[in-house]
Amino acid sequence: MTDGTADPGFVSETEEAEATEEAEAAEEATVTLRVWRGDAAGGDLVDYTLPANEGEVVLDVVHRIQATLAPDLACRWNCKAGKCGSCSSEINGKPGLMCMTRVDELPEGPITVTPMRTFPILRDLVTDVSFNYEVAKRVPAFAPLPAGPEGYRMQQVDVERGQEFRKCIECFLCQDVCHVIRDHEDNKQHYAGPRFFIRLAELEMHPLDTNDRRELVRQRMGIGLCNITKCCTEVCPEHIKITDNAIIPLKERVVDSSYDPVAWLGRKILGRHKRTAEEAAAAAPH
Amino acid sequence: MNEYETHRYDVIVIGAGGAGLRAAVEAKSRGLSTAIVCKSLLGKAHTVMAEGGVAAAMGNVYSEDSWQVHFRDTMRGGKYLNHWRMAQLHAQEAPDRVHEMEAWGALFDRTPDGRINQRDFGGHRYARLAHVGDRTGLELIRTLQQKAVSMDIDVFMECKILRLLHDPSGAVAGAVGYRRPSGEVVVFEAKAVVLATGSIGRCYLYTSNSWESTGDGHAMAIWAGADVIEMECVQFHPTGMVWPLSVRGLLVTEGVRGDGGALKNSDGRRFMFDYIPEMFRAETAETEEEADAWYEDHANHRRTPDLLPRDEVARAINAEVKAGRGSPHGGVYLDIASRRSPEYIRRRLPSMYHQFLELAGVDITVEPMEVGPTCHYMMGGVRVDPETQAATVPGLFAAGEVAGGMHGANRLGGNSLSDLLVFGRRAGQGASDFAEANDRPPTVDVAQVDAVVSDALAPFGREGGDSPYAVHEELQATMQSLVGIIRTGSELSEALEKLDELRDRAAKVSVGGGREYNPGWNLATDLPSLLTVSTAVTQGALARRESRGAHTRDDFPSADPALGKVNFVQRQTDRRGFDAPIQIGPEPLPEMPPELRELLEEGH
Repeated sequence: MTDGTADPGFVSETEEAEATEEAEAAEEATVTLRVWRGDAAGGDLVDYTLPANEGEVVLDVVHRIQATLAPDLACRWNCKAGKCGSCSSEINGKPGLMCMTRVDELPEGPITVTPMRTFPILRDLVTDVSFNYEVAKRVPAFAPLPAGPEGYRMQQVDVERGQEFRKCIECFLCQDVCHVIRDHEDNKQHYAGPRFFIRLAELEMHPLDTNDRRELVRQRMGIGLCNITKCCTEVCPEHIKITDNAIIPLKERVVDSSYDPVAWLGRKILGRHKRTAEEAAAAAPH
Repeated sequence: MNEYETHRYDVIVIGAGGAGLRAAVEAKSRGLSTAIVCKSLLGKAHTVMAEGGVAAAMGNVYSEDSWQVHFRDTMRGGKYLNHWRMAQLHAQEAPDRVHEMEAWGALFDRTPDGRINQRDFGGHRYARLAHVGDRTGLELIRTLQQKAVSMDIDVFMECKILRLLHDPSGAVAGAVGYRRPSGEVVVFEAKAVVLATGSIGRCYLYTSNSWESTGDGHAMAIWAGADVIEMECVQFHPTGMVWPLSVRGLLVTEGVRGDGGALKNSDGRRFMFDYIPEMFRAETAETEEEADAWYEDHANHRRTPDLLPRDEVARAINAEVKAGRGSPHGGVYLDIASRRSPEYIRRRLPSMYHQFLELAGVDITVEPMEVGPTCHYMMGGVRVDPETQAATVPGLFAAGEVAGGMHGANRLGGNSLSDLLVFGRRAGQGASDFAEANDRPPTVDVAQVDAVVSDALAPFGREGGDSPYAVHEELQATMQSLVGIIRTGSELSEALEKLDELRDRAAKVSVGGGREYNPGWNLATDLPSLLTVSTAVTQGALARRESRGAHTRDDFPSADPALGKVNFVQRQTDRRGFDAPIQIGPEPLPEMPPELRELLEEGH
């Protein structure tokens, strides 16, 4: 393994066997990680067995694999405390953060770790999540009312709705699990995904914001495609009630603005009109 | 010659934490072409880990508060080693910067009358930290990230900068690095460069810092010929997790104590009452009753010693554990369960609650936490002009943790988030002024780029060297045991010898695999910065023959008034780079005007 042409994703069987033998010789408990290794061209699951340590999370084991058996095993991480949302992957098939998943809470036997399936593979456990950063550019910015001489006054109860959504650590696990884009690549063109529904809901519910994004949410962000299966809520490591507190209220607001006959009549009489998606989108950088 | 992509900007900002984002927003708002270059994805920088809050004398909870009191607290906390002008600007401008965050979309917790709420923290006389539960850093980084995105600032994510580039006059004119996903080289030509690279925590074994905190900015500034100051002043936060071992060092916010938590030893004694230093005696409670009453009424009671500045608390915990009064896993107890209701704890400290429940299996509403000191923050850094954040090399600016001077020998909690907003903005202004005054397009020299790239790629072709992981582990063990919280001359000298040996080994590491997203190779390219900053920390610690703030010398246990008037300045004069020596010497601190000096004496 001395140059860039060597297969980057393979640990020789001898190395692996040695590690296993050493572990068994000491009669220690072991942990086996079955890690997907490869790149956009393809890859495979590779087993790594190490001595088990008390209280470890999956990311600790990945780090020990890097330090001993496979220094080039690619994985994203930063805070290792569930606060940055970098180490998202699928653990035994379930989307989760490697840094918050304890080994001793998983069923016995090999632990399978694979990259998030909804995004293109870069290498091993690292995926290209740029889709999310592109959607972020299409969200019209916060546009507050002017502040008073002493700054803004808002009540705690009014900021709490938005604060729930601002707990989001952008791990993109909700995007990963959302079948609208997980199983239908084409939908990425016109579907923002749960992470951005909570962002839009946060702005819609912000006590100071002046933008009306409802038409944008309906026409360009594709809220209608969500059929509230709540998978996103289930995987959210911050326990944000994405479906109940963001998506459903957003759907209701969109419905009210688009289809409520009383509201329609009111607009006719008062001569007010909704912002078009174009007008709302014009406030966004992209 | 290597192939590479080249980008030209007026201003590039290296680092996308709070300081970097705030600097980039400022430069872009001036109409300058601006780019942010960061090692991770946008929004993942270490600022997200900040928990307790942002310190600003807004006076929303205690109207007695003012910038003057904040200035005084900051200088006293820093044991007067701070640059007075930075501490002054910081205290004066922090409230505006917090209000600005709100206008950009941040949602801070509120007072009953609807203003921004403020919480108590160590060393601050009044409740002063604007906060969002215990995730204030996330709120700031997301607000700034969304602001930067709305301004269409170019962001080069997952891009590691290896070296700064200079033009023939010696001014900084760009930087060279590589894109981590592809391993391909990228060159930036810029009229001004802002360093906002954060901390050095990965030099230590037990740290609250992420993998990114390898001191890249500190090291690159040294290699560019800039001065760094106070590198010996490394903050060990008193309360990191100690168990399980895999999360040892992970931060437990000071907000736990700010919201009523108390430190106890294995006898159940609140030992902080035994460690009140003379400097803080007049303003610190002597009994548990007085300390507890203070939480409700600051005006008529003195503050709890649990909220002494971090250096004092960290040393006290260290001493309790050494005296055999520690917890089973080598820390002490931090108890909020017996002092506050479960509902209160879950509402005020939601992420602490989840962190302990999920990682340690401890319910902090029922049981005490086990905590101990962890390497947390770098007070030392690039010597900057307080107004512009300009380094001593033209074209180079620094803000946030990579800059030195603001916090002196010890930083108060809450002063880092305010630091990065105040001085991030000033660095953006300083860099913009410099770029605007300089109409020559930046020029970088191909030979410089080639030399840097060849060094970075060398580990691939090398056989028989150490693994970068092995060198890093030894470095961390060395710094932890020899240059840790309590230091002594002989051990510091031993550490310097060990660092020389590790430097030789780091220059010969071998790496397998390809250039695409290869963490082993990425670590190999972080080793030069880790070793340079470790050397500077150790040299500084050896030179400062006294105990002051976070820097504690067993062989010089008291503060030396003469050394309290100097900075230890380090720079590379003739030969520069990873393998060149760093010179060190004392230089006098800037003279404080009498009207500010008077503020320090008031109120005790």
